[in-house]
Amino acid sequence: MSATKTTTTAAPRPRPANPFRDNLTMLRRNLLHARRYPSLTLNLLLTPIILLLLFVYVFGDVMSAGITGGPADRADYVAYLVPGILLLTAAMTSMGTAVSVATDMTEGIIARFRTMAISRTSVLIGHVIGSVIQTLMALVLVLGIALAIGFRPDATPVEWIAAAGLLALFSLALTWLMVGVGLVSPNAEGASNLGQPLVMLPFLSSAFVPVDAMPGWFGWFAEYQPFSPAIETLRGLLLGTGIGTTNAVLTVGWSLGLVVLGYLWSKAQFNREPRH
Amino acid sequence: MTTTTQELAIAATGLRKSYGGKTVLDGIDIRVPAGTVFSLLGPNGAGKTTAVNILSTLLSADGGQARIAGHDLVAEAQAVRAAIGVTGQFSAVDGLITGEENMLLMADLHHLSKHEGRRVAGGLLERFDLVEAAKKPAATYSGGMKRRLDIAMTLVGDPRIIFLDEPTTGLDPRSRHNMWQIIRELVTGGVTVFLTTQYLEEADQLADRIGVLNGGKLVAEGSAEELKRLIPGGHVRLRFSDPVAYQSAASALREASRDDEALTLQIPSDGSQRELRAILDWLDAAGVEADELSVHTPDLDDVFFALTGSGPVLAQSARSSQSTEKETAR
Repeated sequence: MSATKTTTTAAPRPRPANPFRDNLTMLRRNLLHARRYPSLTLNLLLTPIILLLLFVYVFGDVMSAGITGGPADRADYVAYLVPGILLLTAAMTSMGTAVSVATDMTEGIIARFRTMAISRTSVLIGHVIGSVIQTLMALVLVLGIALAIGFRPDATPVEWIAAAGLLALFSLALTWLMVGVGLVSPNAEGASNLGQPLVMLPFLSSAFVPVDAMPGWFGWFAEYQPFSPAIETLRGLLLGTGIGTTNAVLTVGWSLGLVVLGYLWSKAQFNREPRH
Repeated sequence: MTTTTQELAIAATGLRKSYGGKTVLDGIDIRVPAGTVFSLLGPNGAGKTTAVNILSTLLSADGGQARIAGHDLVAEAQAVRAAIGVTGQFSAVDGLITGEENMLLMADLHHLSKHEGRRVAGGLLERFDLVEAAKKPAATYSGGMKRRLDIAMTLVGDPRIIFLDEPTTGLDPRSRHNMWQIIRELVTGGVTVFLTTQYLEEADQLADRIGVLNGGKLVAEGSAEELKRLIPGGHVRLRFSDPVAYQSAASALREASRDDEALTLQIPSDGSQRELRAILDWLDAAGVEADELSVHTPDLDDVFFALTGSGPVLAQSARSSQSTEKETAR
């Protein structure tokens, strides 16, 4: 065989890897999506807001009497309920991540990203940071509603910062898990179904009633699953109730553990050979 | 008489891939000199897309080796990715954002400066006639526009090797011709193009070399002319409605193959003016009048029957013979 052309293939232009810039680009893409199509996040936000109003105005008196054994006072119950509702909000909005990742993976542009000389994980990191930002915005909104209906935290600035950090870290953990859920799901419906158990966890926690009120084996599960320690810690930071070392350690441990687990799982799923 | 890998944009040997026991690529060798167009021709399911996906680092091969732009496909995947551009069969645009935002996204991912990115994106949008639609979400684009945006996005990084997987499937004739024009312009600029298609005409129009893929194997490779010489599919068909006329024509025309039920005769022919006149003259001289005369040029069908002599292209055959009829009706 003889070469008919003498053209040599030009060496690819030197283009140093720049994962930071790639992450930023992908974050911008996801924020653009969220800004154009906010309905997904807004829909998911409705659940915690409705539950907040329902539990305060419909069940509030009964719940507060039941929990404290004292007189019925829904103002007490607002204080008890809000930390749990905030973490429920984080769980619900993280569900949006699973759905949007699953949808995104069915798009041809993901195949294009895979054939480009970019940082591969930037596709996922863009989703994660974008989602955490959306979750934090949702949390501010829900907190605003809570304040409007009588939630009166007594946190110091340092406690506020710690509370914000806790929420951000916990959201990060939930989001990474949901990215993995989105990646293993064939479509949006699948992601929504598969993510459901995680979203149910706040209902099986100390969000609405103390774990002491639950039957033994179930109470044990409720006490140690990720949400209860996080709720108790947040409650302590915002309202000055006792946190306890166990809860603080469990919260940080669960969050960091789930971040690492979610990250490794998602990365492995994304790097897996695309289905034919 | 040697070609060094330096001069080959794509050099693959023994590529194999199977999915769950089904062999999709059964050891194919591909060599594409830089600056040329190579077309992989084959029916649906022949393995064309799998070949593109492997060569563009999207899939890993089960066996074989390949160097793209001089870089090993596996060991230097990122260097390969930096040299190539891929436009897949299904549009690789982000439908939720506008055409312009898609272009700027590519510019950012290629680490262009903001100014440079705007310049390149604007230039390509203009070149591909997308300026008017630039501010609309890509999901609202027509098939042809999406395909143009897709290619424009591929070009942002100024790739030296471009993979196009069935770039004209599903496009109307005008968009198809536009796409051919675009591909020709790329080649003029020195880009190497690896193209897959189901259409012989497309390969004929664009490719320097054509590889015919069937059942995961390259069953033939050569220039369009070389391949056509392998295909004895060209013929003239005479259709009769009068059985008597059919019989007398059939008995006189020994070389024709007969279809007694449809009352048609097929005469091997290259369809040239000279041969057609000879047939017409003969019909006149014999006093036979056919109800219809049609010229059939070799098509993908014929290539496959000629090259493989096997049946897996039957479904394809029904469809493309229809299109042949249409062409002759003009």
